[in-house]
Amino acid sequence: MTTRAIEPRMELEANLHMYRQMAKIRAFDEQVNELYKSAKMPGLAHLYIGEEAVAVGVCEALRRDDLITSTHRGHGHCLAKGAAVNRMFAELLGKEPGYCRGKGGSMHIADPETGNLGANAIVGGSAGIATGAALSAKMRGTDQVAVCFFGDGALGQGLLYEVMNMAALWRLPVIYLCENNLYGEYTPCGETIAGDILARPRALGVHAESVDGQDVQAVHATMRRLVERARRGEGPAFLECKTYRYYGHHVGDVNREYRTREEEREWMSKHDPLETLASRLTTQGLADAGVFERILTDVKAEIDGGVQFALAAPYPEPNEVDQDVYA
Amino acid sequence: MSTPEVAARELTYGEAVREAIAEEMRRDPRVFLIGEDVAEAGHPFKVLTGLVQEFGTKRIIDTPISEPGYAGIGVGAAMTGMRPIVDVMFGDFITLAMDQIVNQAAKVHYMSGGKLKVPIVFRTTLGATRRSAAQHSQSLHAWVSHIPGLKVALPSGPYEAKGLMKTAIRDDSPVVIFEDKMMYRTKGPVPAEDYTIPFGVAEVKRAGTDITIVATSSMVGVALGAAKLLEEIGIGAEVIDPRTTYPLDKQAMIDSAKKTSRALVVDEGYERYGVTAEIASAIAEGAFYHLDAPVKRIGAMDVPVPFSPVLEDLTVPSERTVFETAKALCRKA
Repeated sequence: MTTRAIEPRMELEANLHMYRQMAKIRAFDEQVNELYKSAKMPGLAHLYIGEEAVAVGVCEALRRDDLITSTHRGHGHCLAKGAAVNRMFAELLGKEPGYCRGKGGSMHIADPETGNLGANAIVGGSAGIATGAALSAKMRGTDQVAVCFFGDGALGQGLLYEVMNMAALWRLPVIYLCENNLYGEYTPCGETIAGDILARPRALGVHAESVDGQDVQAVHATMRRLVERARRGEGPAFLECKTYRYYGHHVGDVNREYRTREEEREWMSKHDPLETLASRLTTQGLADAGVFERILTDVKAEIDGGVQFALAAPYPEPNEVDQDVYA
Repeated sequence: MSTPEVAARELTYGEAVREAIAEEMRRDPRVFLIGEDVAEAGHPFKVLTGLVQEFGTKRIIDTPISEPGYAGIGVGAAMTGMRPIVDVMFGDFITLAMDQIVNQAAKVHYMSGGKLKVPIVFRTTLGATRRSAAQHSQSLHAWVSHIPGLKVALPSGPYEAKGLMKTAIRDDSPVVIFEDKMMYRTKGPVPAEDYTIPFGVAEVKRAGTDITIVATSSMVGVALGAAKLLEEIGIGAEVIDPRTTYPLDKQAMIDSAKKTSRALVVDEGYERYGVTAEIASAIAEGAFYHLDAPVKRIGAMDVPVPFSPVLEDLTVPSERTVFETAKALCRKA
């Protein structure tokens, strides 16, 4: 009797945790955009806003020691896997306490302690690394699973098909996680992807599914299944998450000539990942508006504290420049 | 009655490579080898024959013909606790895996602020005159020598093939090791016991007082042949093998050039923008006021390697060209 009473509460807590994680990612990247606009951040950044349900739904299905590789649009993956906001901001500002001591920046955040093998600025460039991590897990006799995040743009890279082929041949515990946000940089994916996306992994014998990437519960449930499958030694999988990036390719892409404002409004108003989860839990009578407001207030405080930490943090010493070229 | 083996034991260059890999795989269970035709086939040059029988297909892994794919898999395995040897059959094929070698393996340690390591060895080949034409004959070690984050080794004989391979496998940074495919059957003394050759330490292969000849890989043999011819006309050549192009032992070459006052650099990579240019400039900068002649260099001819033997032989440095160039540098007509 008691367990039946606890389970829904645990489920609610898990859902509210996913909401919090998504809210944190959104607030983080909104702050990144502000840092860019106020010229406090060197270089550019690729915002994850709109796609939060993918990173959170995926990473909540993983253990801390499971491994991920990330992309140029990677802040969401890093945070969802457990990275701390303050050291993330510090890295984006090129500061010493950053995750890579300021040497990686927005596109290269790595955090081995949370199983993050690094974001990668070569589109599709980490497909080999994630597959190798899965091979390594198998050779070392752990039951770790590796997840390779990549966008629809990476479907144009031959490397992806080479490593999926080997992962299928060797039944490696790796999940190829395609975030299909409909645009590869500035080009609609309809101009770059021929045929059926899922037919590609399936041709290689890789189990493939598609899911609504704006629905964190759906992503999470699907991923749990695929992760367990991989952990049991049943081989690789490919999951397409249909999603949408609210901003441009990067913070400086403000005109977005390649798509309509109407399309953007449609996604933001009808398919927002935070709204979708909040309204579902509200309709089910599991939470009220006050719960979500409190989460957003907490998250804002965490983000504010993180960015203040990073702004005040020191830059690396000049003698750091030639450190760590070789191990 | 048998006497203990004290005389030098001889192995071929290929056997020395195989012995190094086998010994390291016995010593360290994290070491494995991955590439095309490496298991039952034992590699087209038969360098790996027997390894799969000892270590099995879980550690000697045959792959599809997918250089970028298995190179990337090696990088990921290296980042997560393994020590892969990635076998790239021909040096020409590193071009296919270049993103994984240059943008991934070489940069992960630095980009992660030193938190991640990539202890990986890419073993591949260089060397022309096998009548294999333009896509199987190049010596592309300058390409990777250019990249911070990579170390590059060029064994010049069986002894070096074993010692440098062992050092490469034990290194925590990515190493690219180029074996001269024309030398696999060359025999030489190789100790049966465990030994390593430190990276960044050149070896004086032959002492001399009149000219310094810096030579890499199989060009060491060419330079030693030329040195014999030079001796016959009264020129004492000092032959130096840098053994690694990165780290590069500039000081040994500078010191030798200061002593001899003349220097010639010989390497089988394309001459333009090549390894010879880097070494020649290091000598010119470091020994300028001791030099009696400009530093000369001989690389492969700047043409795609031709098929026809009469043409191909013209493209690589030979004993004769090294001899003539050294003689001219010493102003002997």
